[in-house]
Amino acid sequence: MAIDRIMNIAGSAMSAQLVRLNTTASNLANASVLATTPDAAFRARKPVFATILADSLQNQTETAGGVRVEGIIQDGKVVKQIYDPGNPLADESGYVWGSNVNTVEEMIEMLDASRSYQNNVEVISTVKNLMLRTLDITKV
Amino acid sequence: MNVLDSYLSTHANALTLRNERLDLISQNIANATTPNYRAKDIDFASAMARFSGAPALATTNVGHVADEGGGPGVGGYLRYRTPLSPSLDNNTVEMGVEQAAFGKAAADYQASLQFLEHRISGLRKALRGD
Repeated sequence: MAIDRIMNIAGSAMSAQLVRLNTTASNLANASVLATTPDAAFRARKPVFATILADSLQNQTETAGGVRVEGIIQDGKVVKQIYDPGNPLADESGYVWGSNVNTVEEMIEMLDASRSYQNNVEVISTVKNLMLRTLDITKV
Repeated sequence: MNVLDSYLSTHANALTLRNERLDLISQNIANATTPNYRAKDIDFASAMARFSGAPALATTNVGHVADEGGGPGVGGYLRYRTPLSPSLDNNTVEMGVEQAAFGKAAADYQASLQFLEHRISGLRKALRGD
């Protein structure tokens, strides 16, 4: 049925945007986490979105045209090297390694994710109203 | 096609098409942040023309693609939207454009619905005879 297709499509986008908000929250929360080695330093997480195509449905709940989170990648940008010999986490040469989270970028991601979420909520509420009006057609 | 069918079919078909259009625009809005996604819409006039007696495409050569025929469908009338300004991730959804299109599509749907309602209430009036 076409109407619940629209609901599913907007719903899939809402859950994808929620994943994005989650990664943003996690990135912002870990922005000032320090580590002893560059490998252990926190790297920003980014979700990768992909359109669900009609010939690539993975399970029954997916609707063609919606959005799927294909995976979550780590940002490849270099991690910050900070000289802070007094820090208990510092290595033998006195360096600690900070995250590569760009807080300004994350704030923009957050705003964009919440706007996209709102847009999809609006789609659902409009379509719900249209569906209810269509049901009333029998009462004319 | 009987009288009742032809009396109701125009707006019933329009309603189905408008619903398909809402579906497409909701896909565009859902994929507003998906890289490489191309915004789609339908060519409403030619999709609607199929119902108003316009002949279906003839397939006279093996290379011709058959029209999907019969019932309402948007398959053959899908078009990519031309973006006002290109974006780096190849996504052609422009939220302002889509919001406007969605608002208009919702209003169009209500208009078709109202026409259909009027036809049905007219029919009822005729049946009751009062």
